Amino acid sequence: MIGIVNYGAGNIFSLTAALERLNVKYGMVDTEADLEKYSHIIIPGVGHAGAAMEKLQATGLVQAIKALKKPVLGICVGMQLITEHSEEGDAALLDIVPVKTKKFDKSLNIKIPHMGWNAVQHENNSLFKSVDDNEQFYFVHSYFIEYNPIFNVASANYGLKFSAAVQKDNFYGVQFHPEKSGKAGEQILKNFSNLSL
Amino acid sequence: MLSKRIIPCLDVKDGRTVKGVNFVDLRDAGDPVELAAQYAQQGADELVFLDITATHERRKTMIEMVKSVARQLNIPFTIGGGISEIADAEALLNAGADKISINSAAVRNPKLIEDLAKAFGVQFVVLAVDTKFVNGKNMVHLNGGRLITELETEDWIKQAENLGAGEILLTSMDHDGTKAGFDCGLLNRVNQMINIPIIASGGAGNMNHFTDVFQKANVDAALAASVFHYGEILIPDLKQELKRNHIPVRI
Repeated sequence: MIGIVNYGAGNIFSLTAALERLNVKYGMVDTEADLEKYSHIIIPGVGHAGAAMEKLQATGLVQAIKALKKPVLGICVGMQLITEHSEEGDAALLDIVPVKTKKFDKSLNIKIPHMGWNAVQHENNSLFKSVDDNEQFYFVHSYFIEYNPIFNVASANYGLKFSAAVQKDNFYGVQFHPEKSGKAGEQILKNFSNLSL
Repeated sequence: MLSKRIIPCLDVKDGRTVKGVNFVDLRDAGDPVELAAQYAQQGADELVFLDITATHERRKTMIEMVKSVARQLNIPFTIGGGISEIADAEALLNAGADKISINSAAVRNPKLIEDLAKAFGVQFVVLAVDTKFVNGKNMVHLNGGRLITELETEDWIKQAENLGAGEILLTSMDHDGTKAGFDCGLLNRVNQMINIPIIASGGAGNMNHFTDVFQKANVDAALAASVFHYGEILIPDLKQELKRNHIPVRI
């Protein structure tokens, strides 16, 4: 059963709707004790990374999340939170995956935000089981996670190559929105719910 | 590479889709949920719902519809029509809408764009602009083209970008309903001037028009209503045609 960290950064209606369509059971994580109730944890997130980090800190869950040994999936800003730092609000983040979240640079001749469907090249991580290489996912973001081959499990290109998905130990993150990415996105959520460590 | 998006637009009144829709296998052509699911299955990249309900029950009806759509739909969707304050937008966000589009409320109160962007992020705020060529100038119009404003279209769009609009939905009232093609000239000029995505709207009549607007104006997305609703263009065919013309699409 999946626990969704309920810290008020963005709406989670679409995420819970996707889990319901997949018949994956879920509940909300409001307290440290709640983290024990679930086998898998999702950190959602939309909006400003610095503001999201402040909200997460206000829940008092930061240390308990960092200590988790079960599969954890950060989505969009939730993924950025597991990195070390974001240029958005010059914010120190959870520092679980030692990579940085940076701002897309207009001088690369790209529009910001990066909004829409983009192809993802993945490295056969179990999170991407049964997903074709170059499958397209739905992205909406102005900040990206720098590509680092050690933690990268999937990358995409937008002006430059960035990480569309990362992993370190039991912590996973995806920059795109699996709940909005058609069948391929649903497959990612299903794969995550089936991950065992 | 980022794909160019194809966006069917659905008009909604009292929680039901209006304008004739004639997919043969639809059980209920007025059910926005069923119609949305059908479009998602065909390969639409995103949907826009425009609420034209005029009654005071509209907000409640709309929220219920948005929730039903969000429960079923696995692609993003935008809600527009009658959004004039932060509370409207927040209710729609919490009901599962990915973006909201604002039009006349932003003309009346440009600060609304800024307030919405601060509260929910620029990615949530689509500025819809209806434009019409009058006395040699492209002017912003309200009420479906019936009411002219003092704003020149290009100035208004630039101002909206600076205020925090995350995307522009530009409808040419001169081209809308003509089925003679998009206003590629204006779209291209606006596109050159801004650094946020732009959705072309108004004038789609055949598949070549989509190819044209992507090739000539390099817009990020193209929106249409009747050609999709009446089955004159099928999205899988359109995507294949665009692909043949080397336009990046999601198939």
